[in-house]
Amino acid sequence: MKIVVCIKQVPDTKGGVKFNPDGTLDRGAMLTIMNPDDKAGLEAALRLKEQYGAEVTVLTMGLPKADEVLREAMAMGADKGILVTDRVLGGADTWATSTTIAGAIRNLEYDLIITGRQAIDGDTAQVGPQISEHLDIPVISYAQEIKIDGDYVVVQRQYEDRYHELKAKMPCLITALSELNEPRYMTPGGIFDAYDKEVTVWGRADLKDVDDSDLGLKGSPTKIAKASDKVKKGAGEKVVPDTAEDAVSYIVGKLKEKHVI
Amino acid sequence: MDFSLDKKHEMARTLFKEFAENEVKPLAQEVDETEKFPRGTVEKMQKIGFMGIPIPKEYGGQGCDPLTYIMCVEELSKVCGTTGVIVSAHTSLCCDPIMTYGTEEQKQKYLAPLAKGEKLGAFALTEPGAGTDAQGCQTKAVLDGEEWILNGSKCFITNGKEADIYIVIAVTDVKVDARGRKKKSFSAFIVEKDTPGFSFGTKEKKMGIRGSATYELIFEDCRIPKDNILGPQGKGFPIAMHTLDGGRIGIAAQALGIAEGALDATVAYTKERKQFGRSIAAQQNTQFQLADMAAKIEAAQMLVYKAAMAKATQKVYSVEAAKAKLFAAEVAMEVTTKCVQLFGGYGYIREYDVERMMRDAKITEIYEGTSEVQRMVISGALLK
Repeated sequence: MKIVVCIKQVPDTKGGVKFNPDGTLDRGAMLTIMNPDDKAGLEAALRLKEQYGAEVTVLTMGLPKADEVLREAMAMGADKGILVTDRVLGGADTWATSTTIAGAIRNLEYDLIITGRQAIDGDTAQVGPQISEHLDIPVISYAQEIKIDGDYVVVQRQYEDRYHELKAKMPCLITALSELNEPRYMTPGGIFDAYDKEVTVWGRADLKDVDDSDLGLKGSPTKIAKASDKVKKGAGEKVVPDTAEDAVSYIVGKLKEKHVI
Repeated sequence: MDFSLDKKHEMARTLFKEFAENEVKPLAQEVDETEKFPRGTVEKMQKIGFMGIPIPKEYGGQGCDPLTYIMCVEELSKVCGTTGVIVSAHTSLCCDPIMTYGTEEQKQKYLAPLAKGEKLGAFALTEPGAGTDAQGCQTKAVLDGEEWILNGSKCFITNGKEADIYIVIAVTDVKVDARGRKKKSFSAFIVEKDTPGFSFGTKEKKMGIRGSATYELIFEDCRIPKDNILGPQGKGFPIAMHTLDGGRIGIAAQALGIAEGALDATVAYTKERKQFGRSIAAQQNTQFQLADMAAKIEAAQMLVYKAAMAKATQKVYSVEAAKAKLFAAEVAMEVTTKCVQLFGGYGYIREYDVERMMRDAKITEIYEGTSEVQRMVISGALLK
């Protein structure tokens, strides 16, 4: 079995968040970690490898610095790492990112693609399902348990109060929740091996069947108007109306004022 | 001269730090309070290869260098001195001599399970009448056909009773020189726990590193196979001294970690603690104390890392190891004492980590060669 795990280097939210003038994240200036949902996805892949035998390839798109997150994945047990990096890919939103990653994956053989549910920097949860659309394969999102049954994958999809068990024929894409498992630690020897191995580096020219107009900041339909670090909420306003009608008209007035209704 | 770590060592540090913070720190206070050996932590460390970091992969280790191992002891000791010394005694004092002096059979039989962490190791040289003066050792080994018979006792043995495999130094010959003086010659042996005639005496109650098991070992007609002699017969003393050279770098790293942990806790505390209407970090006395401590800690780190590098590249590194241990241990004692002072009354209370760290620091000036012995080694090299 061949598994591709898509991982992302994200800012460590314990450190400060810094922005570029265009509103995108200044990734070079922040402390970084492997996105937690992606790490759970990688752990799931490594467990499948141990249980059923598999080759696990980790793939990331990012700055050259994102090489670190691939080495970390390899130090945990992934077999190969691929870094997709190119200046023309910078500033990508979810559409341009999923187009890029799908373009990279078209070069690979795979039975299963695992991504994290969402990244803690953008929180969109869109890239995984979009990749599956580009590649025209089934997707099962929010996986809390993954099993293999012959050519099929059996996945529990989590809901707030229940789960669905879904079965899909491989190749298929799964998005993983961090609740899926407790990711393993790297090993010291694994780290040394990871740095002795080569990481494959791909640029724009290596992407298969993608159009330039779908890549990078230019190919991104999402335009960021403004971005900021978490803003502390104000103290709020306490109102004690006399009647229920007064309360309703006050709330409706406020919602109109804020253009919510 | 490049003082920065390369990426693989940086990543290894991230791993050790993460493990120490998540798995070791939450237990440090309890381990100290209950004096209970942290077996669960050792099992976790076994799974991720911390028990054989500098041992080659063909013998079940991780195939990393001494610096990586030293950084592991440093990061563990930042949060728990007990956990730091368990790894140090196991790796430096038991795995390392088997790696250096063992036969291929001994490496396969003993080193591989040790390096994989399936077995825990210890080293026994000290005796009630012989600490710094190793010539005072009384424990004897006599060859009887295909077996050595051990008799005597060892004391203050780290990982005692918890360990499965022990390197034991014993007298194998006594010669009388022309002036009629007795000169003992020693040999090193590999002894397995549960060997008949090998038992454990008192468990020591200690000032610090209280979760580390420190036991008396007793040998009463303890028979071990002839092949369990480690290295050539009569070479036990140089084997023990060479082993301790490596061990001292481990203890230096433990001392360094304790000092760093205490400084980290103190920097955070001085920013929060308010006196006279402002944080005590705003007082110049605090600032100067913190600055002195940070400078000394970095100097200690340089010596410790330099000694670790020397172990990787040189045959003899006694002086580097002695300098690192002497300086790091004294910095650890000084820094933790100052940190307790900056914490004020709270620093004397067990709830605060610096109280434990000050108690843990003291042993680093004593075991695996006291500071005085380190000075003898260093000055001996200067004056020869």
